[in-house]
Amino acid sequence: MKLFEYEAKNILSAYGIPTPKGELATSVDQARKIAEKLRPPLVVKAQVLVAGRGKAGGILFADSLAKVKKVAEKLLKMEIKGIPVKSIWIEEKIEIKKELYFGITTDRLNKSYVAIASSIGGMDIEEIAEKHPEKIIKFLINPKMGLRSFHARQIARKMGYEGSQLNAIGKIFERLYKINIDYDAELIEMNPIVETAEGKFVAADARIIIDDNALFRHPQYKKRFFESESELFPQEIEAMKNNLAYVKLEGNIGVIGNGAGLVMATLDTIQLYGGKPANFLDVGGGASAEKIAAALKIVLSDPDVKTLFINILGGITRCDEVAKGILEAKKKIEVTKPMVIRLVGTNEEEGKRILTEVGIPVLDSMEEAAEKVVEISRKGGL
Amino acid sequence: MSKYPEKEAYNLGIIIDKNTHAIVQGITGAQGSFHTRLMLEYGTKIVAGVTPGKGGTKVCNIPVYDTVEEAQENHPVDASIIFVPAPFAADAALEALENGIKILVIITEHIPIKDSIEIMEYAKRVNATIIGPNTPGIITPGKSKLGIMPAHIFKPGNIGMVSRSGTLTYEIASSLTRKNLGQSTCLGLGGDPITGLNFIDTLKMFENDSQTRAIVLIGEIGGNLEELTAEYIAREKYPKPIVAFIAGRSAPPGKRMGHAGAIVMGKAGTAESKIKALKEAGVKVAEKPSDVAKLLRI
Repeated sequence: MKLFEYEAKNILSAYGIPTPKGELATSVDQARKIAEKLRPPLVVKAQVLVAGRGKAGGILFADSLAKVKKVAEKLLKMEIKGIPVKSIWIEEKIEIKKELYFGITTDRLNKSYVAIASSIGGMDIEEIAEKHPEKIIKFLINPKMGLRSFHARQIARKMGYEGSQLNAIGKIFERLYKINIDYDAELIEMNPIVETAEGKFVAADARIIIDDNALFRHPQYKKRFFESESELFPQEIEAMKNNLAYVKLEGNIGVIGNGAGLVMATLDTIQLYGGKPANFLDVGGGASAEKIAAALKIVLSDPDVKTLFINILGGITRCDEVAKGILEAKKKIEVTKPMVIRLVGTNEEEGKRILTEVGIPVLDSMEEAAEKVVEISRKGGL
Repeated sequence: MSKYPEKEAYNLGIIIDKNTHAIVQGITGAQGSFHTRLMLEYGTKIVAGVTPGKGGTKVCNIPVYDTVEEAQENHPVDASIIFVPAPFAADAALEALENGIKILVIITEHIPIKDSIEIMEYAKRVNATIIGPNTPGIITPGKSKLGIMPAHIFKPGNIGMVSRSGTLTYEIASSLTRKNLGQSTCLGLGGDPITGLNFIDTLKMFENDSQTRAIVLIGEIGGNLEELTAEYIAREKYPKPIVAFIAGRSAPPGKRMGHAGAIVMGKAGTAESKIKALKEAGVKVAEKPSDVAKLLRI
């Protein structure tokens, strides 16, 4: 779960990491009141979770109260990549001497956390790694040991700092690691962390992604996650409520399958035959008829879907349950779009019987079925 | 296959064999009890179950204990398979490890990364083998299974399989079985970003397993372990043929495709990068699941 910039900055600040002085506003009036308390020049930043906010014009500057009012008005009416801006963060602009990067993420090979630092910041870490690979400092964290003060100082030294500056930035690194652990982050970064004209360090932007699987330990964010539904497609919200893994894609062939790998391979196969999948939907293992019906409802509610491909390889999932779910969905909602069904595995005879009895054909091969659904989609449905 | 003289000596499998004594942690839950029955039917030696608070009861005629410690006082235990719900799974895994169990299969999905890191760090210190989390487990066809895979799609043979995906393994295994290409051992690494065994660990085991003649490697988007495995294969001049399939060529960046670990971050973790690295290391990469069997025949 991605946190908004203002949430991340408030957390950093609570852990003693310097951030620019600022507050959140949801109206122009509120923005003006906040601006009165701050020292210009100010930065006004749209609070959205989509990437590329700056390039999309979501970060504006203001050197007077009148200007704050103007840019706040503009931002609060703005949509960034289709997402309406509901709130803005207003903060004091800092005088930048140098932009740096510091972040912590997971290292799959070493099964641990890894800190990544760079004396160049302000662009994507991948871009830094590509353009200035020599500036990337990777420090593997021993999970039992954690990131200690001396580790943080070692990293600071490699970034070129010494004396009191080394101590100051080292403390920030140490605190960020503590946040990483306390908040179950799967990614936490300060990009940039800025060295100011006075030689101090300030986290000018902060990003925290909380591990979705750890949200049960962070109920306040879980609550917020379901309340701020604006950045999700309606199908994504419905899927979440039904414990289904769903991702909206750009094509017109709706896809339902069991198991993440199988569904991914189904999408790939559709694409291989020249078709375009409209979504990823994994019903998981051992899905009941109700769950299958819910999945069908979600996929068919997407107006982009012209044809539907159901690919089930029954292991723990029983083919007869899947067949019953398809019939159940057909009873509840009008299914006018053509369906191609591939159904093999546990109880496949029973499943096939249920469907063929009502005139729904069932195929055995995933590839044959993919080819067929692509052919139908080319004809623009029925 | 007839060239193997004795059934007993044939197909010992990696990690588990028919003499592995296992406990089931979380045996009284719906999944735990269902799969305990299926594993017993397959011939796996399940000796006991553990569910805190349910000690003294029985599941499939298997005694249930409150603690791993008590199970061990009453039975020989080599391995544990864990079905405990995610918020309590780390506790269960650490309990097994601290009580000296050296093989853990963690079926549970949705375990937080922080918990997995803690489990793996402990396992490394005590030299234990962890399969998963978020894995279908391991099967040595015809011998034993510690997992949830449907047994009927597998048959004994000499193809080793290692995969990050459950159902995709079933898809490919059943197509191999239909074409009379049996399997030595099939192992699911798990769909999480942090797992115990990885591709390289498993390839090393298959290299030393005389029953395994060729390997099927099933990867997916997310992380760079397939790329590192390709480097390993090339560097070590890996002696057995490998056929790979990588899922997720059509996955958009920044979206988690079902598995916690299946996500392209910016330009990192794409299927293209993995396919390219594997091909450069001399691995045949199948375009479709059904092509795996064809490539194994060449």
